[in-house]
Amino acid sequence: MRRPSLTTLRATGALTAALALALTACGGDADPKSGGELAGTTVTVAGVWTGGEQKNFKKVLDAFSAKTGAKTVFVPSGDNVSTFVGSKIEGGNAPEVVLVPQVGVLRQFAEAGWLTPLSEKTATTAAGNLAPVWKEYGTVDGAYYGLYFKAAHKSTVWYAPDALEQAGVAEPKSWDELLASGRTLADSGRPAFAVAGEDGWTLTDWFENVYLSQAGPEKYDLLARHELKWTDPSVVTALTTLAEVFEDERLVAGGAAEALRTDFPGSVEKVFGPEPKAALVYEGDFVGGVARDEFGRKPGEDAKFFPFPPVGSGKAPVVSGGDAAVVLKDAKNADAGMRLLEFLATPEAAEVWAGAGGFLSPNKDVKPEAYADDTARATAASLVAAGDTVRFDMSDQAPAAFGGTKGAGEWKLLQDFLRDPSDPKRTAAALEAAAAKAYGN
Amino acid sequence: MDRKPTARAAADPRRRALRRRRLLGAAFALPALLLLGALVAYPVVFSVGRSLFDASGDRFVGADNYVEMVRDPATLKALRNSALWVVVAPALLTGLGLLLAVLTERVRWATAFKLVLFLPMAVSFLAAGIVFRLAYEQDPDRGVLNAVVVGVHDAFAEPSPYPTARARDGRGLAGGPADGYTSGELRPGSVAVLPFVGVAPGAVPAGAEAARAPAPAPDGLAGTVYLDFTPGTGGRPGVVDDREKGLPGMTVEAVRDGRAVATARTAADGSFHFDGLGDGTYRLRVPAANFAAGYGGVDWLGPALVTPAIIGAYLWVWTGFSMVLIGAGLAALPRDVLEAARVDGANERQIFRRITVPLLAPVLTVVFVTLVINVMKVFDLVYVIAPGPVQEEANVLATRMWLVSFGGGNDQGLGSALSVLLLLLVVPAMVFNIRRFRKGGS
Repeated sequence: MRRPSLTTLRATGALTAALALALTACGGDADPKSGGELAGTTVTVAGVWTGGEQKNFKKVLDAFSAKTGAKTVFVPSGDNVSTFVGSKIEGGNAPEVVLVPQVGVLRQFAEAGWLTPLSEKTATTAAGNLAPVWKEYGTVDGAYYGLYFKAAHKSTVWYAPDALEQAGVAEPKSWDELLASGRTLADSGRPAFAVAGEDGWTLTDWFENVYLSQAGPEKYDLLARHELKWTDPSVVTALTTLAEVFEDERLVAGGAAEALRTDFPGSVEKVFGPEPKAALVYEGDFVGGVARDEFGRKPGEDAKFFPFPPVGSGKAPVVSGGDAAVVLKDAKNADAGMRLLEFLATPEAAEVWAGAGGFLSPNKDVKPEAYADDTARATAASLVAAGDTVRFDMSDQAPAAFGGTKGAGEWKLLQDFLRDPSDPKRTAAALEAAAAKAYGN
Repeated sequence: MDRKPTARAAADPRRRALRRRRLLGAAFALPALLLLGALVAYPVVFSVGRSLFDASGDRFVGADNYVEMVRDPATLKALRNSALWVVVAPALLTGLGLLLAVLTERVRWATAFKLVLFLPMAVSFLAAGIVFRLAYEQDPDRGVLNAVVVGVHDAFAEPSPYPTARARDGRGLAGGPADGYTSGELRPGSVAVLPFVGVAPGAVPAGAEAARAPAPAPDGLAGTVYLDFTPGTGGRPGVVDDREKGLPGMTVEAVRDGRAVATARTAADGSFHFDGLGDGTYRLRVPAANFAAGYGGVDWLGPALVTPAIIGAYLWVWTGFSMVLIGAGLAALPRDVLEAARVDGANERQIFRRITVPLLAPVLTVVFVTLVINVMKVFDLVYVIAPGPVQEEANVLATRMWLVSFGGGNDQGLGSALSVLLLLLVVPAMVFNIRRFRKGGS
């Protein structure tokens, strides 16, 4: 999926989002302290963040400036980071540091030869703080380029506590319990899930959680690299499991037809809005933010979450994603940029943003009390506890034609599957055909 | 053509002057030709060449992209939609424009009227697309069209009392919400409890009381239709628990040999009873009308209607254009012919069919052909209005071309092949228009 920044979510359409981007597209300066070892050097940082995320990240940059005396400038890149960075490099005006939101883009940068591997010191600090899996996702062809600074947790099921209470069910601990509780919820008059079928990426996240738990991380990795075919029985089984939800009108509020007309903010509204029509909504940790900002809910009180339950005999999945910081080789002050990465690898940097909210750190040394609220604390704890079993969003790792295009590839095929979940085998075959075309293998 | 220019030119000053004039002409035409070459001819040639290479542009693949184009179901769908657009939109627009132009000629305030109809032309396609995207929303609370449709529908049909209710599974009722539920066989004198679930506490009518099944008359049947769900605990399935409420206003039928012999409506406590039934076995039926889901309006943006819906939006934008153009043609018609016809006793319809339309034919053709070309390249409306899940169903050649080339797949080889196809389809209309212009000029 394309990681939706809070601003993007708030915007009702892509166009509004584009407008918002244009409006906020101005750099931010941080006044350097006089003195300091990097006094007089400027570190430019590019990233997709806008709005509140940008503001909070600037606080982190300010902390860096205060420490080293370097001047920092944040430049919003717009949604298409690779086009932005490519044009900056060609124009001889490369930013020192870029925050890359997708694994595929990181790989693309590394293969284009744009990146400098992390310095010894940064790598050592990171190795002490991050589970090895984060290093793997930051490594391309044996060189460690990307330092994961901000993470997302995409295995959280959000619910309205009053709905569960009314139905007399507890937080489910397994997939079967989830289905049973969901049906009880429907009996109580509030259908279980609001599914955002109009946005294809939410469906890929559904599939990834089921698949990661059911088939295990090894197969997940193979499938993400398309070394395993989508026609594999494990995929068909996962789709069949997913169909248990999709085909049941009691579990999908309004049935598939209505789900296909519901976008992501709409699905959150169905649970946390003024006229609730469903009890549960599955998506990442950012659901809490939307419920808070749009519908005045207090995460942890009247908007709670439970971890996506384990499917079958598998472990509970933790699907994640994140923004990796990289240093560009062609930047003027690449060394100062590397110093910024050194700083970002420390818990100190993460705690600055954690206190401001809307942030998860994969860093296990970040103190729990640094987080602004209980919900963030719990998601962060779950993410860190998952350690090496964390897996990145599969559709983010896939070529965009397959895993990231509106109305095409995996998004479209899973939407078709939501409309008619009767034949998982046919869907698997269609997914394989689309994947083979996009991966070219 | 001139083999010995110096000698001959000296011999023939007229020839020299002609040559100079030609050179001068070429010099004046050069900037325009250069621009045309750089901006039109070169891109066309480049696209044709690019269409013979693969996605990365490194490997020559011959006609593979064109083969892929006709094999790919998504592209075929786009082709079919484009055909539908070309067949429907220009004809409708020309007809509408003609009608409105003729009618506005006759009303007072014609200018104001024309102005209003022409206003949408001032709205960008993007903005019009966003407006119509909202107007076509399924939810009647948001989409104005469905608000009208649902309003009209509900004025004639009473909404059902319990659209979300379902019978509790495996507790004596068979069937489904779509065709109603039927109980097992009962003899007069027995009591039936009919458990239902899926009604939110807020959706139970305010007057509902705790469920209670009355005692039946010896020659009758009695029972209760109730909400078999205790808030907080769920309650025992199929059993009337303390806090469970009846569902008032449900229609229940007593059925004998497949025919309804009596009908009752449940009271505030969900109870119902049939008296004076003859001997025999009966079944109780709770008809589907109790659960009919509320009318949701028309699914404008569903796979079936999305293209007609977008064409509708296009009509809104362009009607003014064809009306104004045709109106101008109408104003230039020779009045004496019309007056002569009137004097000869022709009625308005005859005048319209035999005089106005034939005389307007050249204008109508220009409007029609211009619209055909315009419709071929329609992009923004389709891109903005179609929601993600039906984008493929709504695609036309232009959107498909863009999506293939830049929308994620980045297969500019296939995209170029599509653009070449689009070019080939537009060329006949262009040639036709240019010919007309030439004829008009000479």
